[in-house]
Amino acid sequence: MIAENALRFLSLADANVRFVLFGSLLIGATGGLLGSFAVLRRRSLVGDALAHAALPGVALAYLWTGSKALPVLLTGAAISGVLGVLVMQFIINYTRVKADSAIGIVLSVFFGVGIVLLTHVQRVGTGNQSGLDKFLFGQAASLVDDDLRVMSVLAGLIILAVALFFKEFKALIFDADFLQTLGYSARWVDALLMGLIALTVIVGLQAVGVVLIAAMLITPAVAARFWTEHLHKMVLLAAAFGGLSGVVGTFISSLVPRIPTGPVMVLIATLCFVVSALFAPQRGVLARWRRQRHNSRRESQQHFLRACIELQEKLGTNRSLTVEELAIEMGLSPDRVKRLGRRLAEKGLVSSQDGRFALTAPGAEEGLFVVKSHRLWEHYLYYRAILDADHVDRPADEVEHLLTPEIIAQLEDILQREQGLDPTRIVNIHGTGSHYRRGGRE
Amino acid sequence: MIEGAFWIVLTGVLVTASCALLGTFLVLRKMSLLGDALSHAVLPGIAVAFLLSSSRAVLPMFFGAAVFGLLTALLVEAFHRRWRVQEDAAIGIVFTALFALGVVIITAYAGQVDLDQECVLYGEIAYTPWDLLLWGDQSLGPRPVWILGAMLAINLIVIALLYKEFKISAFDPAMAMSVGINATLMHYLLMGLVALTTVASFESVGAILVVAMLIVPGAAAYLWSDRLIVVIGLAVLFGVVSAVAGYFLASLWDSSIAGAMVVVIGGIFLFSLLFSPNQGVLARIYQRVRLSLQVAQDHMLLALVRREEKEVDRAGLRPAELVAAAAVWSPLAQLAFGGLRRRQLLVQANGVVELSAKGQQVALRLLRHHRLWETYMSHLGLPEDHVHDPADAIEHFIGGELAAELGEQISDEQDPQGKQIPPSN
Repeated sequence: MIAENALRFLSLADANVRFVLFGSLLIGATGGLLGSFAVLRRRSLVGDALAHAALPGVALAYLWTGSKALPVLLTGAAISGVLGVLVMQFIINYTRVKADSAIGIVLSVFFGVGIVLLTHVQRVGTGNQSGLDKFLFGQAASLVDDDLRVMSVLAGLIILAVALFFKEFKALIFDADFLQTLGYSARWVDALLMGLIALTVIVGLQAVGVVLIAAMLITPAVAARFWTEHLHKMVLLAAAFGGLSGVVGTFISSLVPRIPTGPVMVLIATLCFVVSALFAPQRGVLARWRRQRHNSRRESQQHFLRACIELQEKLGTNRSLTVEELAIEMGLSPDRVKRLGRRLAEKGLVSSQDGRFALTAPGAEEGLFVVKSHRLWEHYLYYRAILDADHVDRPADEVEHLLTPEIIAQLEDILQREQGLDPTRIVNIHGTGSHYRRGGRE
Repeated sequence: MIEGAFWIVLTGVLVTASCALLGTFLVLRKMSLLGDALSHAVLPGIAVAFLLSSSRAVLPMFFGAAVFGLLTALLVEAFHRRWRVQEDAAIGIVFTALFALGVVIITAYAGQVDLDQECVLYGEIAYTPWDLLLWGDQSLGPRPVWILGAMLAINLIVIALLYKEFKISAFDPAMAMSVGINATLMHYLLMGLVALTTVASFESVGAILVVAMLIVPGAAAYLWSDRLIVVIGLAVLFGVVSAVAGYFLASLWDSSIAGAMVVVIGGIFLFSLLFSPNQGVLARIYQRVRLSLQVAQDHMLLALVRREEKEVDRAGLRPAELVAAAAVWSPLAQLAFGGLRRRQLLVQANGVVELSAKGQQVALRLLRHHRLWETYMSHLGLPEDHVHDPADAIEHFIGGELAAELGEQISDEQDPQGKQIPPSN
């Protein structure tokens, strides 16, 4: 039976299947689109409050009109949803109850009112009322031709408005003061954005349900944020993730009867989020982890090269160095020194013979550069930031890997001009050897 | 039937009291949303426990919920701190995903699990009287009452024992750290209690309505008092009232009982919002109106005294002109005018209004304060055409002490515009 359903679905032969698919695509995409703005404007959970607050509106619209036509129910939903947001804003502005509690209060109390009305309708009603509970968890399969027409118009309006006001919304999110200087009222742009978010939630109610539709705003947008630093790319990507979640969620829930659409869509969107968070090229967890590993590896290799040079300098020879000597110089275990040396040998920066290491020409060159970075930075901190001589080694240890040849040149220039340092022979700040005397500042 | 009603109401009371007790701390610590998230997110734990134990045994449910409760807290923390997702978005993602998972499990295994969407949404408190705890074949009363009673006892004991610790970490986490209270531990302890209470309440009120029972009583009580112990007491009282009233409301409307309880809680919050003596909307409106009245009266007195000062025109003003001079919403100005007459600061003769002797005194004092402030501002270096507006705003609030101090510092006889500063009287 599942295979049969899948086939029917995938062939798109059934007009109803096409409606449902197109509808869930629209809902997911508009959710992602507006969700990007909502998340960046730090209004993630306001959508949640709004959606829950829409429930009593749906029930009241049915109770008053006796009609289950989508435009009627959605009008009711919109009115009570917006009322909920206004109440929330009022509580935040005029009482000492904080924003988080205000969201929770509106969300749960309006939902409670909705549940009372809904159960009332169910128990008192005439049997014509069964359609309302799909607004709780969503049933995309119940979308019909007429619903789709309403939804398409609304979704089209939303997309058009976003396209028209993209620049204003962008300014609102990143620099509301700038928006004011352009002659816009930030309050009105904010209200417009909030209105569009409300509209998006309302459009999706029937397919996703009041309980979970907030996720269709939040999750695709956060997923998209991992891939890009550009708002327009993020918005498009979020719409794509949303659309994908909508379609795949609808498909899966149509295979198994009884499973409501909303939760499945949300799980697919969550999958998009997890994949993005792990694998996105720049901001993803794996990429960051790889970067960190690469950096720390590079740092320990450079420490090794510097240790070779400084040890040779101290001993006054060019002979190759034993593992034990290097281990003491670097303050690492001999095993770790051996591993580092082997890796550097693979890169051709050191040569190893009989368990002793010597720098190759390229290795010596890089090592000298690191030594120079380290010492220049020590001098710079000592003279410019007036740090004590025994406080400059640690910061220099960290910075030596980051200095570029341009910065080195500038440091050399400054130190030569101000302190008369010879850039061709920069010595350790402590003079040579391990002992030093304070007061070298004169 | 009466006995059934008793058990249902008792169950409701136990749920709301437990929730209100913990919820007060959630509200004060600005953790309402975490509480909201937690109560949604334990659903898969409950569902899996139902599925595996194929019964409504309590311990597997607590265990499953504890696992997912902990998972929620850890995931939110990890997404926020390590994956750098905004905190509210992280909460949103985690609880919607877990709740969705729970709903899918419940609906996918609907045949095997004695649990349905309705129960998730609004619980089955109406079935409480039939869900009996049996000892042999002796009935000990409804099972949920025992579970919830135990839960309330646990919450009470923990809060009572750690009252001081909870109190300090609610109001000043930094202070808590400095006196050696482990704030992280208190945080997780509170979250743990919330998770367990949510599970214990699940069968009765579902996973969503419990949010209202957690947050709303505490928030409503917070509007009435500044003392923690009073806030907690009121919150519990509100919870209990809503449980009792909700039951009767539900039988009146023929609707979900848990839903009706939430409606009553919402009503209590709305009432508090409107009528609380110092936080309420009406009280604030009253304060605002009183202040506006005072400002309008001051402006009227000043208008009259300034007019007398210009020697040319000592005839006084017609009432309408005076109201216009106060430059406020005219019904308010009428009220202000009436007030001045009642206080006998004005005398009305031949259709014009003049200051009485007493009015003269009050008005001159105001004028003195206004001009002292102008002079003071200009000593501070403000150009003279910028000193009138600040003085206009502050003249109503300069009391005796401040006026005396200003008078001591300022020896000028004239304000920056060259007008006489009236002597103190």
